Amino acid sequence: MLTAPFEYRRAERVEDVIEWLSDETRETKILAGGHSLLPLMKLRLATPAILVDVSALRELQGVQEDGEVLRVGAFTRYVELARHSLINQKASLLSQAANVVGDLQVRNRGTIGGSLCHADPAADLPAAVLALEAQLVILGPNGTRRESAEAFFMAPFVTTLGRQEILAAIEIPLSTQNARSTYLKRPHPASGYPVIGVACLIDAIHNQTIGTARLAITGIASTAFRASAAEAQLVGGRLDAETIAKAASTAAINAPLDDDEHTEYKQQLVQVYVSRALQQVAAQED
Amino acid sequence: MGELQTTVTMTVNGERVTRTIESRVLLVHFLREELGLTGTHVGCDTSQCGACTVLLDGEAVKSCTVLAVQAMGKAVTTIEGLETDRLHPIQEGFWAKHGLQCGFCTPGAMMATTYLLSQNPNPTEEQIRVGLDGIVCRCTGYETIVRAVQHAAQLMNSSTQTERSTEVG
Repeated sequence: MLTAPFEYRRAERVEDVIEWLSDETRETKILAGGHSLLPLMKLRLATPAILVDVSALRELQGVQEDGEVLRVGAFTRYVELARHSLINQKASLLSQAANVVGDLQVRNRGTIGGSLCHADPAADLPAAVLALEAQLVILGPNGTRRESAEAFFMAPFVTTLGRQEILAAIEIPLSTQNARSTYLKRPHPASGYPVIGVACLIDAIHNQTIGTARLAITGIASTAFRASAAEAQLVGGRLDAETIAKAASTAAINAPLDDDEHTEYKQQLVQVYVSRALQQVAAQED
Repeated sequence: MGELQTTVTMTVNGERVTRTIESRVLLVHFLREELGLTGTHVGCDTSQCGACTVLLDGEAVKSCTVLAVQAMGKAVTTIEGLETDRLHPIQEGFWAKHGLQCGFCTPGAMMATTYLLSQNPNPTEEQIRVGLDGIVCRCTGYETIVRAVQHAAQLMNSSTQTERSTEVG
């Protein structure tokens, strides 16, 4: 299938991208790895007049520690998220989630920035960035702004990214670098997308009192969400069977699911997968 | 209306090629229609099946989901670039272990295998299955493909590799 015709521009400077995005007469889209956008364009669900290739922009590249955060460039591909030693060490949850996106060929092309800006409610990475309490670094005509991952996702395929804005990097606080974490996914057998994906991060001393608990769930609601009530229940407790069972029930009851004929099934999935994710984390060695 | 055409230069199977094409041309169509390299197949055309897998700067990608212009300045290897005067060990593995029936997915399966073995020369069966997750084969049930990859890995790791003599043609 061919996409609709478009003009291709390869950006050398981020200022050019911001300027090109200001064109109100012709729809201009940013092209990163293309693994969300090109399938839409082939189906003619997206018909931008101009595609701006940002693969050469230095501002979007690289992974480094920067003070209190790990800065991950928006153009970092899944394969790099999965393998990069700094990400493995400091934000292993992100590596774990990236490692189960799509398949090997897809992971060689898709980028974290592309995935987050596309905001597919069934994407894996939103759960990881929510649980890591990542900040998104966004460049626009008025300079740089930062926004929490939690505020960024508004609705399916809708984010707060303005028309002239571009996501440059994802900043992950290093405060949770020693926490245990897991990303547990039930992939749809045909598409590989998560029917449910649970990102879980727990900071507890010697497997005793839980200091930090983060649970973020994707694939099952209209956007990825934090299971805040369940998190609150976990903090101060121990990661034992009773606490896990309670938190899992709380997560299921409070999940912002659409009210339809599948609600009960989805609640059960939340309950089972939150429970399993917490059990996995509990079983990890210190 | 802006310029809908772009001039691209890339290296395909070691040869530098330059063409002026519509920007919307996918890499798989560029390879098949501009260069006549029809070994790369279009299967699902939705980045699911992997029949169109080629190497882009040594990494396996689905060429139905890459624009030809995105390969600008890069090196592409297709199934035609695998064999020289004799079968590549991966081709030999698929031949010896019947890693195909209808053959439609085979170019993609072999390119995915090339990438897999470049990353991990001694994969376990599980690693092979995970590595080939992006290839859909509706004939073999994957069993013989896994054996083909194992055989290819052995051939590539064996010191007697140069003594193999499966001539092409």
